[in-house]
Amino acid sequence: MKPKILACWIALGSALVAVAPLLAVQNGSSPAPAARPATQHGTPKQGQDAEAEGQRVFEQNCARCHNAPDGFSPRIAGTIVRHMRVRANLSRHEEEVLLHYFNP
Amino acid sequence: MRRSTFTLALIGAAVLALGISSLCPAQDAPLLSGGIGFVTNTTGGNTTYIPVAEPLATVPLGQHLLLESRASLLEFFSPDSSGYNHSHFVALTYLQGDVLASRHLTIVVGSYLLPFGTYNERLTPIWIGNFQDEPLMEPLGLMNGGAGLGGQLRGSLISHPRYSFDYAAWFSARSGNSQFQANRSSGLRGSFYFPDQRLEVGASYGRLLEGKRENFAGAHVWWATKDAGLRFRSEFARGQHAYGYWFEADSRPFASGNLESFAGRFEPVFRMQQTFRIDNAASDGLPSVNTQRADFGFDYNLPHNTRILTSYSRQFSAAGNTNIWETGIVHRFLFPAWKGRL
Repeated sequence: MKPKILACWIALGSALVAVAPLLAVQNGSSPAPAARPATQHGTPKQGQDAEAEGQRVFEQNCARCHNAPDGFSPRIAGTIVRHMRVRANLSRHEEEVLLHYFNP
Repeated sequence: MRRSTFTLALIGAAVLALGISSLCPAQDAPLLSGGIGFVTNTTGGNTTYIPVAEPLATVPLGQHLLLESRASLLEFFSPDSSGYNHSHFVALTYLQGDVLASRHLTIVVGSYLLPFGTYNERLTPIWIGNFQDEPLMEPLGLMNGGAGLGGQLRGSLISHPRYSFDYAAWFSARSGNSQFQANRSSGLRGSFYFPDQRLEVGASYGRLLEGKRENFAGAHVWWATKDAGLRFRSEFARGQHAYGYWFEADSRPFASGNLESFAGRFEPVFRMQQTFRIDNAASDGLPSVNTQRADFGFDYNLPHNTRILTSYSRQFSAAGNTNIWETGIVHRFLFPAWKGRL
């Protein structure tokens, strides 16, 4: 492929990806916590920091690869987090706060 | 892997799940996950229809052990001179046991995905990948299969709020169905990640320890905006006979909370890739001639974990230029494998 043609393909693809957000209707709301289990318990006051940190860990690690699932049973939250710890090389601390985010 | 082995593994996993379910803490029930889909591929005017299922089972054992396995079941309906023919493919993608030995070390034993680059471990599940096809250069460093049989050490060596470093080192002695001699290989991967910038930079090395004793080296860079609304991924790999790269960008308006809008669920994706041959010893799975390919895709995220994938690709090579059209619908499932209490 000639360099000019190659540059054209790359420019076309980049433009496609870059323009997309402009087409979407911005409503300004924060991302829905879709990854959290369908059933949630009340959040203890002292656990709010850990929950916020768990959300940060999710956004910084899990969301880089895949979309958040719509919801799942809280009975498997620990299993999911352990799987993610191995697959994404999360630290023990990140595993703990992510579990707290899934099951506060 | 032969079907009998696959069946045996499934039965074993089910028995194990039944056996340990009563011992599991409330949040640690065994789970069944994976994806099912129906995809089509039209290359040069010929369309192949492919129903696919990729189940994944994960079973925790106590506080420090985890068993996990994924399988692929595909049926191909392809055109031939008499109309359409069909063939099927069943394989155990991996079956591994994970020992969480310490906060910095996880020991993996069994059949595992080789941690060379990022694509093989992170993006091969059908419910994750933006495109149906893997990059052309993907076979580089994956030792003719993508799965190793042996042991692996991995974990997070440094975990700081502003940076982290993770590693994986592996040794494999996989043997095929038709040969007794093991195909020994080893390798390692290390990655720095800067969470605030969403930037990851890493390198991989692999060595085939049999026959030609070929070396493979690779590097990867991933970057995303803070809300993951724009993601950039790239890899480069080089073997002794070929090298190549790919980079991919996708835009996800729904990451900013636009899941309720029609346009917000669209996910345009773009991938550019090139492979280059150093010599004609085409033993590494890459195209036999230099090849360039641009992929344009539009994915749509339906509710209930369902995605529609569409893409158009234009491939250029000395062997001929080709148009490739692909469509598909993929559903991800995720539920407890055993009724438990909470």
